[in-house]
Amino acid sequence: MNRLLKTFPIAVLLSGCESAPLLDPAGPIGKSELHLILISFALMLIVVIPVTFMAFWFPRKFSASDPKGKYEPEWSRSSSIEFVVWLVPAIIVAALATISWRATHRLDPFRPIPGNPVRIEAVSLDWKWLFIYPDLGIATIDRLVIPVNVPVSFRLTSASVMTSFFIPSLGSQVYAMGGMQTRLHLLAQREGEFTGQNQQYSGRGYADMHFRVEAVSADRYAKWAEQVSRSGVKLDDARYAEIEKPGISYPVREFSGVEPGLFGKIVKGK
Amino acid sequence: MGKLTFSAIPIDNPIIMSAVVCAILIAIWIGHEITKRKRWSWLWNEWLTSLDHKKIGIMYVVLAIVMLVRGFFDAILMRLQQAMAEGSSHGFLPPGHFDQIFSAHGTIMILFAAMPFLVGLMNIAIPLQIGARDVAFPFLNSVSLWLTASAAMLVMVSLGVGDFSKAGWSGYAPLSELGFSPDVGVDYWTWALQIAGIGSLLSGINFLVTILRMRAPGMTLMRMPIFVWATFFTNMLMLAAFPVLTAALAMLSLDRYLGMHFFTADHGGNPMLYVNLFWIWGHPEVYIVILPAFGIFSEVVATFSSKRIFGYESLVYATGAITVLSFAVWLHHFFTMGAGADVNAAFGIATMLIAIPTGVKIFNWLFTMYRGRVRFASPMYWTLGFLTTFAIGGMTGVLLSLPPADFVLHNSLFLVAHFHNMLIPGALFGYFAGFSYWFPKATGFMLDEKWGKRAFWCWICGFYLAFMPLYVLGFLGMPRRMEHYANPAWQPWLILAAFGTLLIFFGILFQGIQIATSLGPKRRAADPDPWDGRTLEWATSSPPPSYNFAVLPEVKDRDAFLEMKRAGIHSPTRYEDIEIPKGSAKGAFIGASSFACGFGLVWHIWWLAAMAALLILLIVISRSMEEETMTILPSGEVKRIEEAGHVL
Repeated sequence: MNRLLKTFPIAVLLSGCESAPLLDPAGPIGKSELHLILISFALMLIVVIPVTFMAFWFPRKFSASDPKGKYEPEWSRSSSIEFVVWLVPAIIVAALATISWRATHRLDPFRPIPGNPVRIEAVSLDWKWLFIYPDLGIATIDRLVIPVNVPVSFRLTSASVMTSFFIPSLGSQVYAMGGMQTRLHLLAQREGEFTGQNQQYSGRGYADMHFRVEAVSADRYAKWAEQVSRSGVKLDDARYAEIEKPGISYPVREFSGVEPGLFGKIVKGK
Repeated sequence: MGKLTFSAIPIDNPIIMSAVVCAILIAIWIGHEITKRKRWSWLWNEWLTSLDHKKIGIMYVVLAIVMLVRGFFDAILMRLQQAMAEGSSHGFLPPGHFDQIFSAHGTIMILFAAMPFLVGLMNIAIPLQIGARDVAFPFLNSVSLWLTASAAMLVMVSLGVGDFSKAGWSGYAPLSELGFSPDVGVDYWTWALQIAGIGSLLSGINFLVTILRMRAPGMTLMRMPIFVWATFFTNMLMLAAFPVLTAALAMLSLDRYLGMHFFTADHGGNPMLYVNLFWIWGHPEVYIVILPAFGIFSEVVATFSSKRIFGYESLVYATGAITVLSFAVWLHHFFTMGAGADVNAAFGIATMLIAIPTGVKIFNWLFTMYRGRVRFASPMYWTLGFLTTFAIGGMTGVLLSLPPADFVLHNSLFLVAHFHNMLIPGALFGYFAGFSYWFPKATGFMLDEKWGKRAFWCWICGFYLAFMPLYVLGFLGMPRRMEHYANPAWQPWLILAAFGTLLIFFGILFQGIQIATSLGPKRRAADPDPWDGRTLEWATSSPPPSYNFAVLPEVKDRDAFLEMKRAGIHSPTRYEDIEIPKGSAKGAFIGASSFACGFGLVWHIWWLAAMAALLILLIVISRSMEEETMTILPSGEVKRIEEAGHVL
């Protein structure tokens, strides 16, 4: 317990330099999740602190070599103590359950964030991420550019094994699975560069399956999209077949055009 | 020879080859020592073919310790690799090897260290605690042991012949399907789990019947020691959960061997089904390994506080509640799979509910010490280490049960820290407590306290140092199972954790020294009742005779032996003939055939698999035909053993 309390402030200190993304979220989803963690942590301390205290105090007080309390070898039940030890954890769990029920519904990754979102289709490949911007007709590999203060609506699938799409600075991860589509809604409130990663072990290239996330102003976002769409490399069937092959540390790529409906085809098992 | 060729032996991998050579050298040395001392027939007759539950229990514990050491070396390799593999450094392990190591570590620690350890302790203590002469089915007990041992052997062989699975201990489909894991690794993993799973299922049946049918006269259900209750519920879990694993793995094997599509992502298969089935077994499995430890803590805390256990009924009902709830929470292993908010919240709340009975248990142990007289022997050290450490793991567990918190902490090192925080203090410390508590009973010698306490301090400090940094790393966003990483902020914490593993290494080393000193030339014989015990296992000699009790005890109280001591113990006036099971080599043969069958299936050596399966069938039939499976120990012999002070 003591060690835990000692280590956490250090982690909080580190959060200043952006190395503790969970403690320094860049968006409302991550913030709510951190808030929930802190509240429930505090609630549980109501039980954990007295337990730890008693675990040190009782054996010392009733030590056989130097006892300081009376000895009652037959004393083995007390309705009042039993009442308290069932009731107090039950109340705390009831409180946590209420909080959890509400938070789980509010923070459901499938639930849209109000506003006009940027739509992104993310495909997990061995071992890289393909991001399709269907409204812009462009696509990237391992580079995710999003505008700040605009909700981002993800559709996710996998062209390979099960993976988990996670940007620690923004909150909430969701699995990407073959033949299926999952949803995730995120929002970045400050500009910056973050790391996104696959959080579900997926074989040989798993450790390298991370990507750069850039949250930029609306202007820069528009400029970037414009730039990509003029670059002239299209993601056609041949190129898709090439990137679908397993590869480790695949380079970041950008495509000026993408075949419409590619994501849907991948979900159906292209 | 199926797929098996000489290229299956990884000669080019120095780390694996040195491990293999070490293992072979140790085996040769042990064989040599046995030959030198002319102990082969003793080993075979007295141990390997024994149906005595105490000896089977000791063999289970030996197997568990061997596998614990193997699993721990995997842990050292992982911690060293991660401490080094920052930035452009990819550590010292060859590519893909790290993936095998973490898969083997999880599989070994749960299935081949924790399971044999707890079944071994049950074997040693349960029949004695309920005042019985053996388990209900002594031969089945031997079969369970040898199935477990042969499955463990299969995992060990995968080190030197072929590969072990690279799909994680949970073998998530479709990664574990043929398309993504074409080598034999997953098959080693599947067949080892299948064989061990059948062993566990049989143990579950055996102990359930033993507890229900073989209790001494007067021992009503509500007079059973808490460890017996814990074992009772554990075996119900084994009985209900293991068939699910067997079915899931059978379907996975059908996919891999016959090209079916249960869990593939295409052709109508569904990997989510596998994940659900795996955790429908996997979550109860957590309680299978933890509940017996809770039972041990209950015995130890009452004995070493010289006081009745506090809130006996509460403890029983709490254990029952955990048993039932453990089947209603499996989905919390994958809140991030995208089930709706209602489903996630419901399973999250069910998970939290388990914290209530678990919390009640902790309070019961604390209040057992209250107004007691606490003696600080090493079983009590492990118990107090558990009480002060487990609460942290419980707290982080409840945190993870909140789906939105899990959305950011899932599959991170925070999760790894959490479940080690449950399983090391919650299960392993419990087994260590039970090991040091029953060691004098099982072996007849006292366990050295000095080295035991040194080992404890290394373990507990090593635990904090190895796992608290992992909690922090979770908040720094580090996923689990990373072979290397690019984020320099993670490295200092991983180096700290590696030092923690080093401390634990010394803990294990000191335990080795402890066992060696306790059984070596300076060993100290144990009294029948070295701890001033309260339950029936202390009412017989250390070690107990093959029949446990010359006269079956009459139980009048929950603390049956304490009550007997108060009333005054009288030697029996007359002895009766006692029926005890004859030894049988057939259990060991079934185990060996299962190994051959598993090995044949892994490498597609069909003739070997078929012959071994046929052999198993023949052995089972021939055992069923045997009529003289018991032998009578005449009353005169019983009298002689009892008067000689029970020396075997």
